Amino acid sequence: MTEVLDTQTRVAHGAPPERTKIQIVPLKGLPFAGAALVLVTVAIATNWTWLLMFAHVAGGGLWTAIDLFVGLVIGPILGRLSIPARAEFSAKFMPAMVIIMPTLVTMNLGSGFQLARKLGNLSPSSPNHAWIIASMIVVGIMATIALGILEPANIAVLFEMNKPVPNGERIGRLMKRFIYTAGITGIMQVATLVIMTRIATQ
Amino acid sequence: MSAELNPSGDRPFPPVAWLTTGALALVVVGGIVMASYAPRKAPLGLAEALLALAAVLLVSVVVIFARLKDFAWSTFATVFKWALLAYVIEAGIIEFAFVRNHVSGASLVIISGMLVVFGVSVPTTIAFTAARFAD
Repeated sequence: MTEVLDTQTRVAHGAPPERTKIQIVPLKGLPFAGAALVLVTVAIATNWTWLLMFAHVAGGGLWTAIDLFVGLVIGPILGRLSIPARAEFSAKFMPAMVIIMPTLVTMNLGSGFQLARKLGNLSPSSPNHAWIIASMIVVGIMATIALGILEPANIAVLFEMNKPVPNGERIGRLMKRFIYTAGITGIMQVATLVIMTRIATQ
Repeated sequence: MSAELNPSGDRPFPPVAWLTTGALALVVVGGIVMASYAPRKAPLGLAEALLALAAVLLVSVVVIFARLKDFAWSTFATVFKWALLAYVIEAGIIEFAFVRNHVSGASLVIISGMLVVFGVSVPTTIAFTAARFAD
């Protein structure tokens, strides 16, 4: 009861509410990321077509879907939320992205090169050769944007939120960078869908 | 390396993130050139030039760091070491895929160099962005 009164008094006097520290890398997620990386390593080592295809399709499918969803659905919603709501959502959402995205990208790229070579798609005589090169270019642009702009902004936001007095203007600026780049990679993933479905049906 | 604040209240810093992202972009282009020729031997001249240019950008970052005053080095080190671990694992798996697919000799050396640039540039960008805003 005393505790309740004390809280009420603090709220009444406008004292800042206590914030829980954000875990920037969620440790609970690491075993799952580790298992996924072991899976892709086994796929490459054994050269097992099904496992390579599984790692490539599962990693790539989730990467594309998450990029599209975050870039074209979550991003615009996030941009319209109030700053406190945006901060609360980001504190839960962004640490998960720190683990999920690099894991999916590694699964996809590690198995993708070997699969393309094994299925003969890299060969210059293959009808898929040009599409494979196109997919590499699209992935290269997305990777540069994601690793050079999006992910650093994501981590910087989490560090800023963990400060005793976060700079709202700075978080807003970094979040804008996150939202715009997520939108660009989301749109570019449409090109990935076109390319991959062309490759699968030629 | 002025300590003056810009209009948004942040201290201006040299363009470290642009340089490291530039290095990343160069090795990504080099990687595409190399991979697009597989299983044939890729012409190494262009890939070598791109790798050399990326290395120059990373060396210029080291020079900038050596001159940087009043920087949150502890935040930088904390973020850098964990990001480096993550991206070394990622680069290692990609390297393994190339080795497993019989890439060897000079091509493998260049690809390994590109993966080193990749494994160093991304953690540097992330750690610098986090540390530049640390108070």
